Amino acid sequence: MRGMRLVRFILTRLLQAIPVVLGVVVLNFLLLQLAPGDAATVLAGEAGGAPPEYVEQLRARFGLDKPVLVQLGLYLKNIVLLDLGFSFRNNAPVLELILGRLWPTLLLMGATLVISVGGGVILGVVAALGVRTWRDHLISIAAVIAYATPLFWIGLMLILVFSIRLNWFPTSGMEDVVAFHEGWARVVDIAHHLVLPTITLSLFYLALYTRLMRATVLEQRGAEYATTARAKGLTERAITLRHVLRNALLPVVTMAGVQVGALLGGSVVVETVFAWPGLGQLAYQSLFARDFNLLLGIFFLSACLVVIVNIIVDVIYVLLDPRIRVGGQS
Amino acid sequence: MSTSFWTRFLGNPRVLLGSIWLVLVVIGALAAPLIAPLDPFAISGRPFVRPLDGFVFGTDSLGRSVWSGLVHGARTTLLIAVIATLAAVAFGGLLGALSGFYAGRVDNLLMRLTEFFQTIPSFIFAILLVAVLSPSTTSVVVAIATVSWPPIARIVRAEVMSLRSREFIQAAITLGERDGVILFRQILPNALSPLIVTGSLLVATAILTESALSFLGLGAPNFMSWGFMIGAGRSFLRDSWWLVAIPGIAILLTVLSINLVGEGLNDALNPRLRTL
Repeated sequence: MRGMRLVRFILTRLLQAIPVVLGVVVLNFLLLQLAPGDAATVLAGEAGGAPPEYVEQLRARFGLDKPVLVQLGLYLKNIVLLDLGFSFRNNAPVLELILGRLWPTLLLMGATLVISVGGGVILGVVAALGVRTWRDHLISIAAVIAYATPLFWIGLMLILVFSIRLNWFPTSGMEDVVAFHEGWARVVDIAHHLVLPTITLSLFYLALYTRLMRATVLEQRGAEYATTARAKGLTERAITLRHVLRNALLPVVTMAGVQVGALLGGSVVVETVFAWPGLGQLAYQSLFARDFNLLLGIFFLSACLVVIVNIIVDVIYVLLDPRIRVGGQS
Repeated sequence: MSTSFWTRFLGNPRVLLGSIWLVLVVIGALAAPLIAPLDPFAISGRPFVRPLDGFVFGTDSLGRSVWSGLVHGARTTLLIAVIATLAAVAFGGLLGALSGFYAGRVDNLLMRLTEFFQTIPSFIFAILLVAVLSPSTTSVVVAIATVSWPPIARIVRAEVMSLRSREFIQAAITLGERDGVILFRQILPNALSPLIVTGSLLVATAILTESALSFLGLGAPNFMSWGFMIGAGRSFLRDSWWLVAIPGIAILLTVLSINLVGEGLNDALNPRLRTL
């Protein structure tokens, strides 16, 4: 029964996500209208100039001479068919380019989520357990500083210290391409390259989750169930670790879900700094090639990614907290 | 504001430290041509002069003074961050007020819009906006404001909703006051303190966004800014690390100070809701 309801819950959430995805498509279309020139002039430009009649012909072929609403319809139809357009600079369909760059970004994001949520929960609990001791102050000060540090700058500083001066980690890239590692050697190589970008992208969120976790643990320790446990004679430590921790996890999970979009934005900067061959770097490259089709495609797919991750977070939430009934029968 | 507000506010050592740095930065930004007479874009000496070697913070790859860049950059960065935040507060505030005041269908629609803007990857959207509108001061301000209004809308909505059911608002409605008058004369003054706190914290986020944009080369052209300096110094990290380190520390300290002051404001304005 529970499984069925979970499936229905996921389907409902998917349905609710449709307006968001549609909104992104319309937004993309509007931005495309705002951008200087249209596909026809771009094509003509790529060909090194073309007579105006030819440009008009191209417009007619792409339906660019039709009213704006009809064009929007065409655009929608293309998106539904997963046709995100063609990148003339890279001479490849946008979708193909993006899918090729997806997994490095997912790897970076996954590693960052694990480090920032895991580390944030641990540091937050440590700080809350020793509230107003030196441990708490140290963690809180570090969190406040990390919270104010620009991502790209900390990345460059890490490169300066750990790559250039100490030579512990590679400065850029995802793997040593000329080494032709295979199997485990390749995994180790990628992991080695992953360390600095992950730390860079994690720091801000680590600080955020640490502060959130600390605040929630302190708040939950005043809750009635904690008082009951105290009356039962449990130690503060046991109460925090056995009872409070589980409840305090929920806001962190929610926050992690909310932050996925920001994480993708951060990865643009981090991938640029570390030449990590993911979506962010592709976005940076398309920016300078004035490749709007590609840029809009990346925006569209990252918005979809956020929606999907949000649904996954909701499911995790339901699994973590049995009080939340799925299917609306409360 | 009573004296207890100021003692609570400035008596907090974090707030005091933050305020001192912010005052210095603001003075630097206002008096930029006086304290840094060298044009930040002009070639003023040999390239790659180390700090304290004739130039306080040295020179960059083209021989431009880093000190001038820093002071003039403070101007650009602060101005863009403050204007973008004001725009976000005005827009988000209006939406939130309408949403909270009229409730029902208006609220539903506006909140969907807010959620939408919170879901989309905001930094990528900001990049897109600047790229499409082509980089300029205006497009950077528009991009930052477009991605930062949702939290303001939510907070104002919550405030307005709770105030709307209070007796003095109900009285004003019964007296036949116009909606606009009620919103601006009765509700706004009472909703001001969370608005000020969130707004001040938003300036910090705006500075981070602005520097990330200009680091990527999407800043306002012909305006020196901290992010631009880091982006330009990046290629020379190995030998001239100060070109990256110094502007980065400036960003870090400024954002940190704003956060400290913002949290201090929150503690002083809502003594009962202290941030832990």
